[in-house]
Amino acid sequence: MSYEFLQTLWFILIAVLWIGFYFLEGFDFGVGMLLTFLGKKDNERRAIINTVGPTWDGNEVWLLTAGGATFAAFPQWYATMFSGFYLALFLLLVALIIRGIAFEYRSKDASPKWRNTFDWMIAIGSFLAALLLGVAFANLAEGVPINDKMMYTGNLFTLLNPYGLMGGLATVSVLLLHGANFLALKLDGELRERVRDWSKKIYWVAVILLVVLMIGTFFFTDMVSRLGYNPGIIPVASVICLLLSGFFINRKMEGWAFVMTSLNIVFTQITFFTIMFPRVMISSLNPAWSLTIYNASSSQYTLTVMSIIALIFVPIVLAYQAWTYYMFAKRISTKKDSLVY
Amino acid sequence: MDPITLSRWQFGLTTVYHFLFVPLTLGMGWFVAFMQTRYYQTKDETFLKMAKFWGKLFLINFAIGVVTGIVQEFQFGMNWSEYSRFVGDIFGAPLAIEALLAFFMESTFLGIWIFGEGRVPEKVHLASIWLVAIGSNLSALWILLANGWMQHPVGYVLNEVTGRAQMVDFFALITNPKGWIFFWHTIAAGLATASFLILGVSAYHLVRKTKYTDLFKRSFQIAAIVGLVSSTLVFLGGHTQGQYIYETQPMKMASIEALWDTEQPASFSILTIGDLSGKKEVWSLRLPAFTSFLACNNFNCEVRGVNDIQAEYEQKYGPGDYIPLMVFTYWSFRFMMTVGFIMILLSAFFLWALRSDITKAKWMKWVPWVIVLPYIGNTGGWILTEMGRQPWIVQGLLKVQDAVSPNLTTVDLLISLIGYVVVYGALAVADFYLMRKYALAGPDAALRESVDVAPASVGAQD
Repeated sequence: MSYEFLQTLWFILIAVLWIGFYFLEGFDFGVGMLLTFLGKKDNERRAIINTVGPTWDGNEVWLLTAGGATFAAFPQWYATMFSGFYLALFLLLVALIIRGIAFEYRSKDASPKWRNTFDWMIAIGSFLAALLLGVAFANLAEGVPINDKMMYTGNLFTLLNPYGLMGGLATVSVLLLHGANFLALKLDGELRERVRDWSKKIYWVAVILLVVLMIGTFFFTDMVSRLGYNPGIIPVASVICLLLSGFFINRKMEGWAFVMTSLNIVFTQITFFTIMFPRVMISSLNPAWSLTIYNASSSQYTLTVMSIIALIFVPIVLAYQAWTYYMFAKRISTKKDSLVY
Repeated sequence: MDPITLSRWQFGLTTVYHFLFVPLTLGMGWFVAFMQTRYYQTKDETFLKMAKFWGKLFLINFAIGVVTGIVQEFQFGMNWSEYSRFVGDIFGAPLAIEALLAFFMESTFLGIWIFGEGRVPEKVHLASIWLVAIGSNLSALWILLANGWMQHPVGYVLNEVTGRAQMVDFFALITNPKGWIFFWHTIAAGLATASFLILGVSAYHLVRKTKYTDLFKRSFQIAAIVGLVSSTLVFLGGHTQGQYIYETQPMKMASIEALWDTEQPASFSILTIGDLSGKKEVWSLRLPAFTSFLACNNFNCEVRGVNDIQAEYEQKYGPGDYIPLMVFTYWSFRFMMTVGFIMILLSAFFLWALRSDITKAKWMKWVPWVIVLPYIGNTGGWILTEMGRQPWIVQGLLKVQDAVSPNLTTVDLLISLIGYVVVYGALAVADFYLMRKYALAGPDAALRESVDVAPASVGAQD
């Protein structure tokens, strides 16, 4: 396999890991953000948590694997991005820590104060993580100040520019909708009705923010000069899928609504990675200083070894994760005797 | 303070903290899997309750290990970007493999184990706890192979053009003896940690004669056996480690012993009073030839002293200070070893004591304190192995001072360091509170999620 092929392959693999992460952990984030607003009573909150209880941790591993794969395949990308986005990533880590601990600890004490505190940590952690990841991705597509030594020269506030914020807010709203659709699919009874109402409200916010992001993409990224005014079928499909999810929400077809937000997330992420390719960190200072899959990658030997390992183990992981979802496919009710605490 | 000092503190603190929780996860998984298997085979309810009780403590501890582990993976890039650039070609591989092979396995099957009871077939439920135990120990293997490479780099060449280490032999990387001895030493330490937790908590309940005397007696017995075997294995692993350190990191060996001048055979100092980080000792209690035994498994080899090695390194790598902070290496080794020997003796004693009725023994009320022993040993070992390699981040190839991210400011570091201290402090309080509560409450409480009945307000139960 040629070096160039391997570099492209690993770019695609890392994109797949991120897409998988956004699709899976995306509804976990959405469920987490909705937790304290949707669940009024303790058993309701427990039921909401249980929709993602068995699987959220496995979903988060997609992020860890994306990080590890970036380190192994594109060490320069890993080094520049992780050191450059230092405080943003620190906040992301704090968000993931408080959220992860809260999932495991919230029911281990009966005090209402204890449970309420951890429930809010789930909500805040999920919101912050979704926001920061959205901001980070928009900045990756837009470009950030990187000098000729592959070093990021901005700070946290450099990332909080208009387009970055558009990315963050669109991500939060789309993941909220994605989570609400997932909950409508997994919950039963009154809670299911309540979450449908939420879906309808969030839907309009998500549509508006996604369209704003799409329009912003024409102005803030170099998509037009590289790909032309016609962005191609994928970004358009992304918007259409989001619109279709509204159609299905109104017809109470929550399975299809969930499929549509899933496709929307997948297509949006593909769009971002298409804008970036073959660059992995776009320099806003000088295009020649951008990190690309060619100047940021590991050696051909390492990429070959990693490709063989990925080829063997990724299908196995996919199989048992998919099987887990199949195992826990049943709807979750708020009835006390059926609720796992 | 400058960013590099703060980065060092941050990495040290977060690593030591992370490793407070990891060994128990590594060891306890096997215990719970074993107990659940015994239940599956015998249908003896006591084994089921044992699995649930110790499983609850396992879960409370596991959660912190997981969330603090993410920080570790991100920190290489965040704080040590020059290190990541230099070694990414070879060090990134085990990290990526760890995520793919181990993290997915442990987290997916842990979810099945927690939520799957009664929902998945009993066999699958049983298999899932075994896969959790295997997954977490597999994760230890990959991270220790990565760490082993930093201590003893193999299977690489230095690329003249890029100035970076480049992998040429993946097989050498995954068969690095350094990493495998670490692994042996660490999983045995994990089993010992879990054994001593079980011994301590069981003793608490046995003294109070709660209604689960039989359950805790059996737990105590299993833990005493595993405790003896595992702490002996920890010792043997550590001893084998000694010979590799002698060969590959002579400076670490010399600084463990505060051995300033080359000796043959080298004596072992039991206690040294005086100026450890300075250039002379005031008084020391010495055991003849024992350092030679530690370093090369015989009593008469030559062990090189700090001064000799410093001179050699200056010639080889240029002027600089190649001596680790000896106060830490010297004392962390002694703490670790003392605790290790006490653990071997104690578990042998417990095993012997089990011949009569231990619930009546007067010393039993002191046994809960043994829980702290492995924690001292684990922390000592970790500090020793990491501080003993200073100033190198990769032995002989890259110094810590050249590895730090150049773009970070003191303010960045202060924000993150204070942030971690606050968040980790709160986690430690919550963890300790829950561990204590469930440990003291006994098996009945572990069968429910919460010790108390569900609460009234947020919100009322239907």
